Amino acid sequence: MGIVTPGFGLIFWTTLTFFILLFLLAKFAWKPILKAVQDREESINSALKSAEAAKAEMASLQSNNEQLLKAAREEREAMLKEARAMRDKTIADAKGAASEEAAKVLEAARAQIHNEKMAAMTEVKNQVAQLAIDMSERILRAELKDAEAQKAMVDRAMQDVKMN
Amino acid sequence: MTKLNCFLLGLFLMASPAVLASEEAHSADEHAAEAHVHAAEHSDEHAANATEEKEAFNPAEVIMHHIADSHGWHLFDWNDHPVSIPLPVILYTEKGLVVFSSSEFHHDQEGTHVVKAGGQRFVNIHEKIYYASDVANDHGVFAEMDHETHEVANATPWDISITKNVAALLFSAVVILLLFLPAARSYKKNPNAAPKGVAGFVEPLVVFVRDDIAKNNIGPHYKRFVPMLLTIFFFIWINNLLGLVPFFPGGANVTGNIAVTMVLAIVTFVVTNVNGNKHYWGHIFWMPGLPVAVKPLLAIVEFIGIFTKPFSLMIRLFANITAGHIIVLSLVSLVFIFETVWVSPASVLLTLFISVLELLVAALQAYIFTLLTALYIGAAMHEEHH
Repeated sequence: MGIVTPGFGLIFWTTLTFFILLFLLAKFAWKPILKAVQDREESINSALKSAEAAKAEMASLQSNNEQLLKAAREEREAMLKEARAMRDKTIADAKGAASEEAAKVLEAARAQIHNEKMAAMTEVKNQVAQLAIDMSERILRAELKDAEAQKAMVDRAMQDVKMN
Repeated sequence: MTKLNCFLLGLFLMASPAVLASEEAHSADEHAAEAHVHAAEHSDEHAANATEEKEAFNPAEVIMHHIADSHGWHLFDWNDHPVSIPLPVILYTEKGLVVFSSSEFHHDQEGTHVVKAGGQRFVNIHEKIYYASDVANDHGVFAEMDHETHEVANATPWDISITKNVAALLFSAVVILLLFLPAARSYKKNPNAAPKGVAGFVEPLVVFVRDDIAKNNIGPHYKRFVPMLLTIFFFIWINNLLGLVPFFPGGANVTGNIAVTMVLAIVTFVVTNVNGNKHYWGHIFWMPGLPVAVKPLLAIVEFIGIFTKPFSLMIRLFANITAGHIIVLSLVSLVFIFETVWVSPASVLLTLFISVLELLVAALQAYIFTLLTALYIGAAMHEEHH
């Protein structure tokens, strides 16, 4: 059997063995192995992708958080400001109202005092007038007890009228 | 990729002289054997020289005996008696299937011992089985020689014996199955996990064949061919490696046998041409863009090319592996050629060196065969983009 002459038996067995091997390996080895490798590749790829997405989401979340924090801070600031303004306003209002009230009270008091004073003055005037009338009456009675004095009196009054 | 291809081509070219060398050695061996078979004229001399001849070591004979296939698996010689594992001889004869053990030949390869089986008589002449002649010729050989061609003239049955190479082939098939079926099972057991154990060893190679050989060279429709390419790759590689193991059950020259490489090349040939598209055949029989006068000429060249491509695959693998076996055996034989033990350090060191090189060649040849198969398929399926 020359070494470059292919032997029939070996061709027969090689063909048979090769194709049986091809069939068995293709069905029970290559198919599951290739599938497993491909599945794993896909799962790794998708894992990497989802990790990337998670990272991006994390970053956006972080920026979101920061924004929220900033907004919250601003809101707090605004609220504080508002509260402060309100307080100031309240104080100012209270102060205004109080002084007004006080002024009103003062005014009322003043008016009453004035009224009382007027009333008192009137009273005093009336009293003085009464007193003056009483005095005048007594004087007149005393003065005009006789007719002569009355005549003199009228004369003097007549004289005064002529002078005018 | 192209750099690698150049490198591989270089290796292939390197191997070519080795084939020629082995061819010469073989023919020399054949002549010697024929001389032995009909050493008619000087039969007395032959008898007288028998002991002397036995002493003389013939490395070419030993090496060729190893390179070729045989019906028994020779293990070693014990007290000048060969010890071998008998293998079944299966013959498809004129009277149907005949099966008997190779040990029935009693190590006879010269056609002097007739085996009677299934009502027929057979002789083994240089591991080829013939129908035995009724009577022996002058040298005790039960066969007629053709005096013109110096070949045995007897008829031969269809020999589908489990020879040494077939046994080694079946063993390697078992090894391959034992390697990959558990690997596949481990994937089923833990899907989407990092490969463990044998799967971890196998996976990079499988992915390499899939991505670097199939995907890169075949193109978008590569998936269909991956199982075939994987089988070819591992079939060749494992057989190459087992061939490097110097003792049973390794050491058979399976991928260095032209019948085996021929079957693989035919697989490539069939797959390539079955998948050839319009452009592929167009480029073979009516090459576009050429003067009409040149087209038929090129068609002839291209048509021959269909066959030379797989033929080169067949020869390349056969030559490389056979050359490796011849070199290792030659180096081992140095001790017997020089008949001194002092040459053994050189012999061992050189054998070690070549064996390591052969480990590389074993993987490389599997790679080249698979790569070129993928390339041929890719070229046959290539779509035109002018």
